[in-house]
Amino acid sequence: MIIELGHFALILALVVAVVQSSVPLLGASRHNHGWMAVARPAALAQFVLVFIAMAALTHAYITSDFTVINVIENSHTDKPLLYKVSGVWGNHEGSMLLWVFILAICSAAVAVFSDNLPRELRARVLAVQGMISVGFLLFILFTSNPFLRAFPPPSNGHGLNPVLQDPGLAFHPPFLYLGYVGFSVSFAFAVAALIEGRVDAAWARWVRPWALASWCALTVGIALGSWWAYYTLGWGGWWFWDPVENASFMPWLVGTALIHSAIVVEKRDTLKSWTILLAIITFSLSLVGTFLVRSGVLTSVHAFAVDPARGSFILLLLLVAIGGSLTLYAARAPALKSGGVFAPISREGALVLNNILLASAAATVFLGTLYPLFLDAVGGPKITVGPPYFNQTFGPIMVPVLVALAAGPLLAWKRGDVLGAVQRLWIAFGAAFLVVLGGLYVTQGGPVLAVLGLGLAAFTGVGAIVEWADRLRLLRIPLGQSFGRAVNLPRAAYGMTIAHVGFALSVAGISAAAFSVEHIDIVKLGGTLEVGGYSMKLVKVDEIPGPNFVAEDATIEITRDGALVTIAHPQRRFFEVQQQTTSLTSIRSSVLADLYVALGESDSKGGWTIRAYYKPLISWIWLGALVMAAGGMVSLSDRRWRVGAAKRLRGSAVPAAAE
Amino acid sequence: MRKSLYALPVLLFLIVAGYFAVPLFSGRDPHELPSAMIDKPLPAFDLPALAGGANISNASLLGRVVVINFFASWCVPCKVEHPVLMRLATKEKLPLIGIAYKDEPAASQKELTNGGDPYLQVAIDRKGLTGLDFGVYGVPETYVVDKSGHIRKRFVGPLNAETVERELLPLLRELNRS
Amino acid sequence: MKALIAGLGLLLALAVPALAVEPNERLADPVLEARAREISKGLRCLVCQNESIDESNADLAKDVRLVLRQRLLAGASDAQAMQYIVDRYGTFVLMSPPVEPATYVLWFGPAVVLLLAVGGVGMAVRRSRLAVAPMPPPLDAAEQARLAKLLHDSDQPESAA
Repeated sequence: MIIELGHFALILALVVAVVQSSVPLLGASRHNHGWMAVARPAALAQFVLVFIAMAALTHAYITSDFTVINVIENSHTDKPLLYKVSGVWGNHEGSMLLWVFILAICSAAVAVFSDNLPRELRARVLAVQGMISVGFLLFILFTSNPFLRAFPPPSNGHGLNPVLQDPGLAFHPPFLYLGYVGFSVSFAFAVAALIEGRVDAAWARWVRPWALASWCALTVGIALGSWWAYYTLGWGGWWFWDPVENASFMPWLVGTALIHSAIVVEKRDTLKSWTILLAIITFSLSLVGTFLVRSGVLTSVHAFAVDPARGSFILLLLLVAIGGSLTLYAARAPALKSGGVFAPISREGALVLNNILLASAAATVFLGTLYPLFLDAVGGPKITVGPPYFNQTFGPIMVPVLVALAAGPLLAWKRGDVLGAVQRLWIAFGAAFLVVLGGLYVTQGGPVLAVLGLGLAAFTGVGAIVEWADRLRLLRIPLGQSFGRAVNLPRAAYGMTIAHVGFALSVAGISAAAFSVEHIDIVKLGGTLEVGGYSMKLVKVDEIPGPNFVAEDATIEITRDGALVTIAHPQRRFFEVQQQTTSLTSIRSSVLADLYVALGESDSKGGWTIRAYYKPLISWIWLGALVMAAGGMVSLSDRRWRVGAAKRLRGSAVPAAAE
Repeated sequence: MRKSLYALPVLLFLIVAGYFAVPLFSGRDPHELPSAMIDKPLPAFDLPALAGGANISNASLLGRVVVINFFASWCVPCKVEHPVLMRLATKEKLPLIGIAYKDEPAASQKELTNGGDPYLQVAIDRKGLTGLDFGVYGVPETYVVDKSGHIRKRFVGPLNAETVERELLPLLRELNRS
Repeated sequence: MKALIAGLGLLLALAVPALAVEPNERLADPVLEARAREISKGLRCLVCQNESIDESNADLAKDVRLVLRQRLLAGASDAQAMQYIVDRYGTFVLMSPPVEPATYVLWFGPAVVLLLAVGGVGMAVRRSRLAVAPMPPPLDAAEQARLAKLLHDSDQPESAA
């Protein structure tokens, strides 16, 4: 009954979405206030309806309702509650529902918080959101319905793939989708602006927080996925340039460009059509990421052909959404008037450079990901594009990004002074120099590229802090005054500094991966294995039962110079239902390095394969990503975005600075 | 000129979309994996025969057109392929050479005794190293070798009646003529 | 074959815990072993999705690792050992595709995109500056100093706006 209710709610949501996508749009072009006013209740109604559908499916999972095909295929009564819930989106149908659910949340949020948006713009934005909703709801209802019933119901389900039964992976899709879908708002704003033919600072002020919030979510989502790979695969790999990863990385790159170019639109009233294009491309890549990953087309173009109904629908949907918006762009963008003029050496110039580089980086990932499929489609040779390609093409593009990132914020708007910026960066140069020297000394001339990467990271990180200190005029004016400046500095400025430092941290962690030390061996009970100055002693291996698996649990004493550091418990888990084994690594993280131990197979002669790694700075990769996202959040909390709040403040004549 | 620049994104997109649409509607065989060994001489091998007696080597196959089939008793798709091979052996008198890939000889023998033996000879490739020399991805795989000992065609995955009629038999007729 | 989870609905490529190189495969000579590891990273596990044979625990990957080590033991150079595998499996096995006409777009595309973008933007910036009034000349030293003083005196950052 509840399932039918969810199904019915979804159908109703489609009806509402059709209304939301058409009536307000017509109203906006005819200046009919009544029609435009339909947008808000429609968006809210849709939220409620999709929420009911989502709740119905979740209920079916929690209660293990095996009359529902989707639950049979992806759940099992023995599963812990967390994975029963995450099972909802651990499959194609459910993940599509999650997508629409997040879309409904975004639309409702736009509807609620858009009081001071011009009526026409609001109606158009919500209408575009409604169109996206229509597309997805049609897709779900006709090709990927999670509410189909099975009769007679089986006694139990097939269970969720054991590798998905992991906290990191349970939350990875929702964050990724928050990012993907959040960019739909910037997209809707871009399309609405094209229809209206007007882009101004107010528009940018609206788009940027949405883009920023989505970007934060996407950053966390990607980091979670990478971290999961790191601790689960058993040998410490964390990024593979796999098509599936690239699919989420491309929108991130273009989205990063978007949040930067939107600043220029807001502050300098220029780069408008470029920013619109970025908003469209970011969301397009999000769509591509969602669909192509789900449909398996990234493994092979032919995956489409396996399920032609779904494949054709996806292609049609992409064609309408991306092709339609880009056509609109071709028609309307030339009319967008650009305002501010700037010299190549200026803050704008640096941001444009950042955009070019990020867009080129995204194009590189795009080429590397899709070129094998392209060659295959035209009957060319089969090729593999693996990490070496990306390291050689993507890597070099990132170098100027890092340099521009440090120097850009030190340049003035309109016309900057490169020499002055370089002079103010002397501390950063010094830091980089010291890091490179120190790195070469410690590693005894080890991997030079990695040491240079560390140096570059130091330059960028210190450069970001220098810029902040420069704003405070630290050490140039009395400390008290600097403190006053620090208090008054807008949160957006802090956000930028934090995010840039985060990026530098990630780059440092990535560079340091080359210093990782590995030791793999068969160890007998009571035997030891040395790695990175640590000694690991295999004390015992026990068999312990889990909720839906049996684990071999190793007890490994880790000592350094005879002193006990920690006791590690890596496991191998055997899942009865799926007949699969997963590994649970044991990682001791510290700021300086990770100790990473994985348990391998027994040689049935009393020995076990132990994989031990010493990985300097590796946790900085994810720490940096979190810091980046935190920077984004700090920037979001800037009162500048709360347009209404600023108005009220002005009204009460309280000096803003006194807050 | 300036205006047409704005149309560039949509054009690029249409081109990319086109490349994705074509395979969807072309119906081309998705499983075709080109082999690096096409038109190259058979790799050198010298493997014990399942039936005992003299070893089977690349040299021992020279001078006639043969079809080499990699199989294993543990391989499920091979069981799907088996009736096709049986029919080829009995009806078409196909010169089939089997190579038991990474298989226990006893298990291979049992499989052939129970299900029927379509092969003229069966060689034992216990470690799969000969398979690796052939560029085998997995079993079953089938190679067509001409009289001069050159590999002319590879089929990945189980042969079915359609590929046999459309590709394998015509190729064999052609090779036998020359 | 690892029917990868992309199809099952996952957002990240994953294999069943791939435990890569096993201790018993390793060569006694650490130098040779290090070379073997390095070459392994450049060779694709043919039956996996986007995994090198160094990372994969597929049987075929293991076979290739062993053969590779045999080649090195027999005295082959890195290039020869790699070529040995390419002869059998084609360039598909290389993680980094060869530079040939079919891959020119792949290899040179990024640089071309970057150059075109830089050139295009450079021209656009030039044109827009020419179209609008020329920029005032940069401040000379005296003006700079005065500006600095003014800024210093007012001493009210952004929030004044």
